[in-house]
Amino acid sequence: MAKLSKHNFRSNTLPAITMVGPVTLWLGFFVAIPLIYVFIMSFCSIDEGYNVVFKFTLNNYRRLFDPNYVQIYGSSLFIAFLTTVICIAIGYPFSFLIARTTSKHKALLYMLVIIPFWTNSLIRIYGWRTFLGANGWLNSLLMALHLTDTPVEFLFNRGSTVLGMVYCLFPYMVLPLYTAIEKLDKSLLEASADLGAKSPSTFINVIIPLTMSGIFSGCIMVFIPSLGYFFVSDILGGGNSDVIGNLIERQFQSGNNWPLGSALSIILIAITLLLVKLYQKLGGDMDSLGV
Amino acid sequence: MSRKAKLILKKTISIIFCGLVYIFLFLPISVIVVNSFNATTSKPYLTWKGFTFDWYVKLFDNSTLLRSFGATIAVALISTLLATAIGTIAAVGMYKYKFKGKNVIDGLLYIPVVIPEIVLGISLLTLFSNVHIPRGMITLVLAHTTFSTPYVIFNVRARLSGYDNSIEEASMDLGANRITTFKNITLPVLAPGIGAGALLAFTLSIDDVIVSYFTNGQVKTFPLKVMESIKSGVAPDVNALSTLILIGTIILVILTQSNIFKKDR
Amino acid sequence: MAEIVKLRNVNKIYGTNHVVKDLNLDVYEGEFLTLLGSSGCGKTTTLRMIAGFEEPTSGTIQVENEDIHNKEPFERDVNTVFQSYALFPHMTIYDNVAYGLKMKKVKKAEIKERVTEMIDLVQLGGFEKRYPSQLSGGQKQRVAIARALINKPKVLLLDEPLGALDLKLRKQMQLELKRLQKKLNITFIYVTHDQEEALTMSDRICIMNEGVMQQIGTPSEIYESPQTRFVATFIGETNLFDGSVTDTTEDKLHIQIEPGDFNVPKDDFKKGDMLVISVRPERMLYSETPVEGFNLEGIVKEQIYVGSILKTVVRLSNGNEVKIERLAGQELPKGGRVYLYWKDGDAKLIKSYDNIFAQAVENIVLQ
Repeated sequence: MAKLSKHNFRSNTLPAITMVGPVTLWLGFFVAIPLIYVFIMSFCSIDEGYNVVFKFTLNNYRRLFDPNYVQIYGSSLFIAFLTTVICIAIGYPFSFLIARTTSKHKALLYMLVIIPFWTNSLIRIYGWRTFLGANGWLNSLLMALHLTDTPVEFLFNRGSTVLGMVYCLFPYMVLPLYTAIEKLDKSLLEASADLGAKSPSTFINVIIPLTMSGIFSGCIMVFIPSLGYFFVSDILGGGNSDVIGNLIERQFQSGNNWPLGSALSIILIAITLLLVKLYQKLGGDMDSLGV
Repeated sequence: MSRKAKLILKKTISIIFCGLVYIFLFLPISVIVVNSFNATTSKPYLTWKGFTFDWYVKLFDNSTLLRSFGATIAVALISTLLATAIGTIAAVGMYKYKFKGKNVIDGLLYIPVVIPEIVLGISLLTLFSNVHIPRGMITLVLAHTTFSTPYVIFNVRARLSGYDNSIEEASMDLGANRITTFKNITLPVLAPGIGAGALLAFTLSIDDVIVSYFTNGQVKTFPLKVMESIKSGVAPDVNALSTLILIGTIILVILTQSNIFKKDR
Repeated sequence: MAEIVKLRNVNKIYGTNHVVKDLNLDVYEGEFLTLLGSSGCGKTTTLRMIAGFEEPTSGTIQVENEDIHNKEPFERDVNTVFQSYALFPHMTIYDNVAYGLKMKKVKKAEIKERVTEMIDLVQLGGFEKRYPSQLSGGQKQRVAIARALINKPKVLLLDEPLGALDLKLRKQMQLELKRLQKKLNITFIYVTHDQEEALTMSDRICIMNEGVMQQIGTPSEIYESPQTRFVATFIGETNLFDGSVTDTTEDKLHIQIEPGDFNVPKDDFKKGDMLVISVRPERMLYSETPVEGFNLEGIVKEQIYVGSILKTVVRLSNGNEVKIERLAGQELPKGGRVYLYWKDGDAKLIKSYDNIFAQAVENIVLQ
C-alpha cells in the first residue's frame, strides 16, 4: 500500500496541487467569494446611517424597476450597441487592411494600434475633452476660421460618450479581428478577391464567416465593458448619458447604498453571463478573449 | 476607368481611411503632448500661451504627483510579478495534469476577463470591507493581481499549445530533477508567452482606473490622481508626466515586442 | 550473459485499458533487443516504464538486480532517445549534448572533451553552435542519440527513433546505430513497428500484441519458428491453414484442413488437436502432378514477375488463396491445375487452441 500511495503522489497529485493550487485559492478568494458577497449583499438592507444590515429584503430588486433606472439601462444598452456597431464598422475594414497589407511596415502599423491602448485611458479621454470642449482646440479653430461665432457644444451628450467609448474600446475590437483575418489562407482571399470583382457578396459569404470568431470576441470585448465604463460618461457625457456603471459607482461612493449597488451589479453580471453563453453557443473560444 | 486607375483609387481610399483611423487614435494623445509644453498657468489650462519646458521641471517639485507615479509603478511591478508567477505555474500545471474541477478553475479565470471591471471593483471592495483588510497598497496589489493573472495564463497557454512535453522527460531522463527541469527547460521555452503575459499584466495595471478606484483607500495611483484633477482641469505637469510615461511605454513595448518576434521566427 | 534488465509480471492499466499484460522480459547485457508491434501494443509503455516516466500498476522492474521502483527518471542509469527527438529548442547542439554531464556536475574541461568526442562520433563536428531548428531530421536524430549516449547509460532506450526519417536516411541510420551499439557495447532496447528494421538491427526481437508478449527470440527464430498465429502473420508473408490432427502414425501426423489434407513429421500434437499450419511463400512448392503425402490442389490465378522472383497465386477449392514465391523459371498457364507441397520441416505447426482458449478466458473476464 505504501508503494501505491507513493506512486500516485509521484505521478500526479503532488505536482498538480502545488501548481494549480495557488491560482485556485487566489481566484476562489478574490473572485468567487467577492461575487458571492455581492450576491448576498443585494438582499441586505441598510439602516438610517447607511450601514449594511444583514436583514433579508427584496427592496433592492424592487428599486431596480424605478423608471429612472430603467431609462438608464435602455440608454446604456443603446450606447453599448452603438459603440459596438461603430467599432466593427470602422474596425473591420481597418483590421482587414492592416492584416493583409504587403507593406514592410506591417509590424509598425500593428504597433501603432496597440500604443494608445497602452497609455493612460483617463488622460486620453481628457485629451478629447480638451480638444472638443467649449474653449477647446476644435472650437478655437472653427472660430478662427469664422465658421461659427459661438462655440459649438460637442460635449456632454450621448454622442460624445459614444465617441469616448469607441475610442477606449476600439483596440479590443481590432486585435481579435486582426488575428482572425491574418490567419486566413491567402489563396482563399485571392479567390474571393477574384470573384469579388464580380460580386461583393462573396466577401459576405466567404470572408465574413471565416472571421466570425474574431467578430464575436471583438463584440464581446467591446459591448460588455461599455456598460461599465462610468468614467467615460462622467468626463465626456457630463452626467447626461449615464451608463449602468455610473449607477453602481454612485451607490458605492456618494450614494453609499451598497445593497442597491450590489443589486444593480447583478444586472451587469446577468447581462455578461447571457452574452458569454451566447458567445459560447456560437462557437467562440474563451481563451481568445484574453490574448 | 482602367483597371490600373481603379487599383490606384482603391489603394488611395485605403490609405486615407487608415490614416483617418490613426489620426483618431492619436489625436487625444497629441493634445496631451502638446499641452505639456503649454506655458499657460491659469485653470483649466486650455488656452495656448506659448511653448515651455517648465512643466517638465516643475513636475519634479510636485511630490504628490511623483508619489502617485511611484505608487503606480510599485503596484504594477509587484502585481505583475505575482500574476506572472502564479499564472505561469498554473498554466503549466493545467496543461500537464488532468484533474477534476478543471472546468471550474477555467470558469473562474474567465470571470475577471469578461465581467465589467466595475463589478470586479465593487466585489473586491465588498470583500475587503467585510474581512477588514484596510484599503491601500496591499489591496491594490491584490486586486491588480486578480485581474492580471488570467491574462498571463492565456498567453502562456497559447505558447503551450505548440509545446512538446517530451523535452521535459528528456531533461529528467538526463538527470535533472523536476525543479531543475522547470527552471532549465520549461521556463526558457515558454519565455515569450510569459513575457507577453507579464507585459500585458504590467500595462493593464498602470492604466487601471476602475478597479483601483474602489480598492485604493488613501493611496492615489497616477490614473486616480488624474481622475481627481480632471474636475478642476488637468495641469500641464500631469500632461508632462503622461508624456514621459508614454515615451517610456513605447520604448518598453518596442524592446520587448521586437524580442518576442525574434524568438518566434 | 548476465541479465541487465528484468521485468517480472509487469502490468500497466490506465483506467479500464489494460495496456501491458503480465510481461516477463529479460534483457541481456550488451544486446540489441527490439520491442516490435503495431501501435497500441504496449511497447512504448513498456519502454517508458523502464525509463521511469510511467509506473507499473503491478510487477517489478530491475536494472542490474536492483529494484528501480523508487527511483525517479533522473535517478536511473538509463537514457532515452525520443521519437520526437525532444531536443531543447533554446539550447545549441553543444549545450544539448552537454546537458546530462552538467546535471551530473562534471568539470567543465571534461565536459568539453567528452562533448566534442561524442559530437565527432555521431559525425556532427562543426555543428556545435547551431540550434536544433537549424538542423535536418537526420542531424537532429544524431544529436538526440549523442545527448543520450554521453552519459554512458547502462541501457539506452530508443522509442521509434527513426520514425520521422525518410526511407533512405532510415536505412543509413539503422546501420549507423548498429555500429554505435557494437562500438560502445551498450545495451539497446529499441521500439519500432517496422519489422524489417527489427530484423535488420536486432540481436533479439520481442513481439508484442495487445499488451501481451507473443514471442521472443533471434530474428531467424522469429521468422522460421513463429509460435503464434500473430507472429507468423506479423513477420513476413505467410500462408496459414487452420486444421486438425486426424491421425498419427509412428513418424507422421495426418492433418485435415478445409480444402485438403497432408502429412507432416511427428510433433507434440495428438489426435484431435486443433492447429494452424504456416508455410512461407518461398517454401511453398508446386507440381503439375500429384505429390505423395499431399492432397492439396488448386488453380493458378495469376503469376507476376518481380525481377528475379516469380510470384504465383493459387486458388484452393474453398476459395482461399495461397502465395508462392520461387526463382523465375517456367511460367504456368493461367487456370492450370497445380498440386501444392513442401519439404519436411518447412511447415510450422502452431497450437491454435491456446489462442482460442486464452481469448475465451479473457472475454469471460472482461464481461
